[in-house]
Amino acid sequence: MLPIQPSPRRKAIAAWFQDRLAWDSVREFIAHKTVPVHSGTIWYAFGGITLFLFVIQVVTGILLLVYYRPTPSEAYESVQFIVTRVAFGWLIRSIHIWSANLLILSAFVHMISVAFLHAYRKPRELVWLSGIVLLALALGFGFSGYLLPWNTISFFATKVGTDMATFIPWMGSTVGRYLRGGDAVGGATLTRFFGFHVAVLPALTSLFLLFHLGLVQKFGISTPPWVEKRSRGAGTRPPQMPFFPDFFLHELMVWYGALALLGILAAVFPWELGQKADAFASAPAGIRPEWYFLAPFYTLKLIPGHVAGMEGEVVGLLGFGLLAFWWAALPFWGARPDGTVRSKLVTGGAVAFLAYLSTFSLLGYLR
Amino acid sequence: MPPARRNIVFWIFGGGFIGSLISFLYPVVRFLNPPAVSEASVNEVVGGKGQDLAPNAGKIVKFGTQPVLLIRLGQTEWRAFSAVCTHLSCIVQYDAPRKLIWCACHNGQYDLSGKVIAGPPPAPLKEYAVHLRGEDVVISRS
Ligand code: FES
Repeated sequence: MLPIQPSPRRKAIAAWFQDRLAWDSVREFIAHKTVPVHSGTIWYAFGGITLFLFVIQVVTGILLLVYYRPTPSEAYESVQFIVTRVAFGWLIRSIHIWSANLLILSAFVHMISVAFLHAYRKPRELVWLSGIVLLALALGFGFSGYLLPWNTISFFATKVGTDMATFIPWMGSTVGRYLRGGDAVGGATLTRFFGFHVAVLPALTSLFLLFHLGLVQKFGISTPPWVEKRSRGAGTRPPQMPFFPDFFLHELMVWYGALALLGILAAVFPWELGQKADAFASAPAGIRPEWYFLAPFYTLKLIPGHVAGMEGEVVGLLGFGLLAFWWAALPFWGARPDGTVRSKLVTGGAVAFLAYLSTFSLLGYLR
Repeated sequence: MPPARRNIVFWIFGGGFIGSLISFLYPVVRFLNPPAVSEASVNEVVGGKGQDLAPNAGKIVKFGTQPVLLIRLGQTEWRAFSAVCTHLSCIVQYDAPRKLIWCACHNGQYDLSGKVIAGPPPAPLKEYAVHLRGEDVVISRS
């Protein structure tokens, strides 16, 4: 490439900004940032895809806010208005929902790949934990956003979900009231969930996202233990590629790929709106939650009313709580104090976890 | 400052700071707790005209703020139950072919006296009394 000679005028403008922003340090920094290259590098993409989809959620969410109205008498109608009358309204809504689903999927793949690549180990324990919090927040987004169109399915899903919370020992009924804004799911629940969905959760997510990305930046992307070992044996540094432009361009291509997939899904399979919720109608047959809640949903179906003298729901909740805690604590049981990983234990645990989630989700879907 | 004095100062300022935080948070927590709305207590409602519901069918009736499932079993036999599933609060329905009360959410089943016969519900459905007053079907707390 021929070196481009900037004109004196452009140089002056650059100097003006340089004096005020000191951006040469940023340029310097980016020029030296590298990313490890190995057979597992492809999995790094899922963190980036999740981030990209989050940005799409923010943009389409803000667009939907322009027309959406969070009251039981208007919510369903306003969504109907968006998808039938507003130009490209159906597309924006469909993208918002599809992107939400893909986001949870890619966050999940990201988490599982971090487990298999053992990227959670010292000093990245807090990166893992903040990632778990972010996944929980994403599920919160999914749960609260699901109710907003105020249709039958979402109404009953919210009834069941908030009722689950009332089985938390000691503080269950209080938690239930705080979530629903009353003793039953109704208008108060809708405004509350709207508030969670567009204000509380975005604020929390931004905070944790900043923390998560800040730490990833600080410690760099992890190199799997086996790659580290191999290069240590050979007395070299694990192979690296420059972040800019190599990794950045890869990432950009992947994002375009994700966007293409999203566009196809949203346009070819626009999301249905269903029937308007009615607090005095029976739950329709075939009712089930979003796919990412199917495993706990099916588990609930199997647990009888009483187990060993305890209410079935309490047992279920306790089980889910323990499972989540066990998984979140992975960096602490998955590595020894000296920092080496218990790789068989972690791989076995992750496979078992995946097996439970996938079989129960499938059963929940089929039955 | 000698360490003991410094400690005291630390506790006074630290305690004051935490105390002020609590005093800011307390109203927020109370604000978010929804006030109890007094419900006009209802003791009986008219669930429609007798001829509107065919034998071996059921429908949901508003009983104040609560849904009630009214079932007509035969020409003269009526029953009513709370329609809120005792499992996770979905609204149940009458399953005419199987002659039982069914909850679509997790496949809970109750017999025609409200007792659980299958699925996860932990307790029976509360029964309401039904009687006819002329044409009207009247549901009341039993
Ligand atoms: S809510 Fe009725 S069976 Fe679960």
